[in-house]
Amino acid sequence: MTTVSGTGTPAVHAARPKRKLPRAMILVGLGVILLSIVRVVADADDLTSAGSFSAAIRLGVPILLAGLGGLFAERCGVVNIGLEGMLILGTWFGAWGAVEFGAWEGVLLGIFGGALGGLIHAVATVTFGVDHIVSGVAINILGAGMARYLSVVSWVGKGTGGGATQSPKVTVDIAKVDVPFLAGGSIFGWDTPDVLGRIASWRWVVISDVAGLLRGLTGNLSLLSFVALLLVPASVLFLWHTPLGLRLRSAGENPYAAESLGVNVYRMKYLGVITSGALAGLGGAFLVLEGAGIYREGQTGGRGFIGLAALIFGNWRPTGVAMGAGLFGFADALRLRNESAVHALLLFVAVAAALAALWLLFDRRYRYGAVIGAIAVGFGIWYVTSDTVPRQFLSFTPHITTLLVLAFATQRLRPPAADGLPYRKGGGT
Amino acid sequence: MNRDRLRRLGFALLAPVSAFAFAVLISSLALWASGNDPFTAWREMLAYANDTRRMISIVNRAIPLYISALAVGFAFKMNLFNIGVEGQYQLAALMAAAVGASVDLPGPIHVLLILVVAMGVGAGWAGIAGVLKAYRGVHEVIATIMLNAIVTTGLLAYLLGNYLRDRSETQILKTHDLPASGRMPSLNRPLAAIGIDVPQGANLQGFLVIAILLGVAFYVVVSRTRFGYDLRASGVNPWAALASGVHPKGMIVKTMLISGALAGLVGMSQLLGFFGRYHQDFPTGLGFAGIAVALLGRNHPAGMAVSALLFGFLSTSAQILDLRDIPKEIIDILQATVLLSVVVSYELVRRLVAASEVKAAAAATAGAATQPAAAALSEEGDR
Repeated sequence: MTTVSGTGTPAVHAARPKRKLPRAMILVGLGVILLSIVRVVADADDLTSAGSFSAAIRLGVPILLAGLGGLFAERCGVVNIGLEGMLILGTWFGAWGAVEFGAWEGVLLGIFGGALGGLIHAVATVTFGVDHIVSGVAINILGAGMARYLSVVSWVGKGTGGGATQSPKVTVDIAKVDVPFLAGGSIFGWDTPDVLGRIASWRWVVISDVAGLLRGLTGNLSLLSFVALLLVPASVLFLWHTPLGLRLRSAGENPYAAESLGVNVYRMKYLGVITSGALAGLGGAFLVLEGAGIYREGQTGGRGFIGLAALIFGNWRPTGVAMGAGLFGFADALRLRNESAVHALLLFVAVAAALAALWLLFDRRYRYGAVIGAIAVGFGIWYVTSDTVPRQFLSFTPHITTLLVLAFATQRLRPPAADGLPYRKGGGT
Repeated sequence: MNRDRLRRLGFALLAPVSAFAFAVLISSLALWASGNDPFTAWREMLAYANDTRRMISIVNRAIPLYISALAVGFAFKMNLFNIGVEGQYQLAALMAAAVGASVDLPGPIHVLLILVVAMGVGAGWAGIAGVLKAYRGVHEVIATIMLNAIVTTGLLAYLLGNYLRDRSETQILKTHDLPASGRMPSLNRPLAAIGIDVPQGANLQGFLVIAILLGVAFYVVVSRTRFGYDLRASGVNPWAALASGVHPKGMIVKTMLISGALAGLVGMSQLLGFFGRYHQDFPTGLGFAGIAVALLGRNHPAGMAVSALLFGFLSTSAQILDLRDIPKEIIDILQATVLLSVVVSYELVRRLVAASEVKAAAAATAGAATQPAAAALSEEGDR
C-alpha cells in the first residue's frame, strides 16, 4: 500500500505529517515577524492592520477554493484547466440562487453550478479520454458562454436591474460574526471587549502585528469564510487520513496499481473532478455573496488560474495551497487598500530573498544562492529608488511567482505521478 | 486502392461532421429549453449568410481564426500545446501598433516592419515558455497559462496606460493611429475585377493573401521539408528523433518560437485592415477559439481553413439571432460543444477504424492464421 500512497517508505510516511505542519507554521511566523519589522522601517501601518488581513481573507478565499478544487482534480490524476469556467458557473448560479431564493440557497446552487462543470470535465476526460487541457479550455469557453446565455434568458427585459452582463443586485447576505472577547463580539447583547483590536492599536513590534493578523481572522468573519477555511483541514483529513481519500490519491499516483487492488478508478476520478468543480463553484458563490453583491461578467478575473498557481506554489498540498492563496490574497488586498503599503512590500521581498540567499549560501548551494541574492539586491534597489509600485504589477505577481517557483524549485515540487495521463481500465502493462 | 483511399477520407470526415452535428443538437436543445424554436434559428442564420456583404464578413472573421489555428496546430505537430496564443497575439498587437504609429516609412516597408515587430514579440513571449520547457522542465501549458494571465491581467494595461498611450485622446485608452502607409489595402478591386459586385462599406481584408500564403507555407514546411519531418518525428517519439540526430531541446524552443511568431500575426488583419490602432476593445478570445479551429480541422491547413470559415459563419450569422430575440450567445455554447465533441468523436472513430482494420486483417488471414492470434490482435485493437 505504501507505493500506492506515493510517499515512499513507511518510515517516511509516518514521519511526514509530524514534520510538515510545524514547517508551515515556522514559515508563516517568520513572514509575520519580517512583515512587522518592515512595517516599522517603512512606516506603513496598513501592512499589518486587521483591515488588511481581513481583506486578504475575503480576497484569498476564492483563490483558496479554486486551488483546493484544482487539488482534488489533480490528486485523482485529472488536470483541471477549466477551474475558471467552473468558477464562472459558480458565480452565475450563486447569484441566480441568491436572487431567487436566498443567501444559503445561492451558495448551494453555486456549488451545483461548479459541480456541473466538473461533471462535464469528468465525462469528457474520464469516460471519453479527451485530452485534459482541451477539455479544460472548452469548459472555460462553455462556462463564459453559458453564463451569458443564461443571463440573457433569465434577466434581460425583466425590469429587475439585471441584464446580459449582470444580475439584479443581491440583497441577501451571509451572517457575519465577531468572535466574543477576541474581536469584540457580543454575547446575549453584552458587547465583550475587543482585546485583539486593542493590542493591534498599540503598534508594538511583532505583538501588535500578530494581534492584527488574528483580529483579521476573528473579526467581521463571514460564516462562509469560516466554512471555506475549515475546508483546508477537512481536505487534509479526507485525502490523507481516510480510506476513500487514499483510494482517490492512488488514482492519481498509479491508477493501474490501484485498479489491481480493486479500486474503481473511474469512480474515484469522477468523485475527485466533481468535487473539484463543486469547490470552484463555492468560490464563485463566495465572490458574488461576499465580494461584489452582484453577478457581473468577467467578475472572476482569472482567479481560477491564480488558484492553479496557488496549487503549484503549494506543491499539491492543502496547507501549501492555503499559504499560496493567503499570500496572493494579501498582495491583492494591499493593491486595493493602500499603495504605500505595496511599496513597503518591495522591502519585504528584498529582505526575505536576502535571508533565503544567505541560507542557501550557508547550505553551499551557491548557484541558487547567487540567483536569489541578485533578486534581493534588485528588489532592494527598486525599493530605494522608487516611491510607488504600478498597480498592475500586483495583479500578475502570483503568475510570475509561479513561473519562478517552477523554474527554480522544480526538484522540490512533487505533483501526483499520473497527473494528466490518460487512463483506460485494463490498459496497464 | 482507390476505394481504400475513399474509405479513409470517409472516416476522416466522419469525426468532424458527427461532432458538429452533435454540437448543433446540444445547442438546439438549449434553445428549445429556453423557449426558442431551434429550426427557425438555424434557418435564419443560413438565410442571413446568403449575401455578398456577409460572405465578406465571414471571410474577414475567419482570417484571424485561421492564423490562430495555424499557430496552435504548428505546436501540436510536435505535441506541444501552445495555449498561450491568446496572450501572445494581444501583446504583439499592442507593440506592433505602437511601433507602427511611431515611424513613417514607404507603404510596403512600413507594413512589413509592423508584421516583423508583431512576429518578434509573439515569438519572444512564446519563447519564454519554450526555454522554460526545454531547460527547466516546466510544462508548456502551465507556463503559457501564466504568461497569458500576465499579459491580460496587467501588462497590457500597464504598457498602454503608461508608455504607449495616445495622450491627445483623453476619453479612451488607445495607441496613436497608424499612418496611411501602415495600413493594408482591401481586396475590393481584385474582387470587382473578377466580376463580384462589392457592396458599399464592405471590405475584403488584404490580409487574406498573407493568411493563404501562411497556410501553404505551413503545409510545405511541415510535410515537405527536413525540418517538418524532424518536427513530426520529435512529436511522435522524441527518443527516436534524438537517435536520428535531432536535438530535442532546440526543437522545443524553435517550435515555440515559430508558433509564437504565427500567433503574433493573429491580430494583424484587424489592426492593419480595420482598426488601425490598438485600443481597449481590441478583440479577445481569438487564441482560445484558434484551439477549437485547429482541433476541428485536425491540424491540416485545408481542414483548418474549412473550420475557420465555419466559425466565421457562426459569428457573422449570430447577429441575426439578436434581431429575432434569440440570444446569440448560443454560438459560444455551440463552439465549446464542438471543441469537446470533436475530440471525443476522433477517439471513437479511431477505435472504430482500428476495429474494422482488425476485422479486415482477421478476414484476410482467416485461412492461414490460428484463432488465438486473431483474438490477441483484436484485443490489441480495443485499446
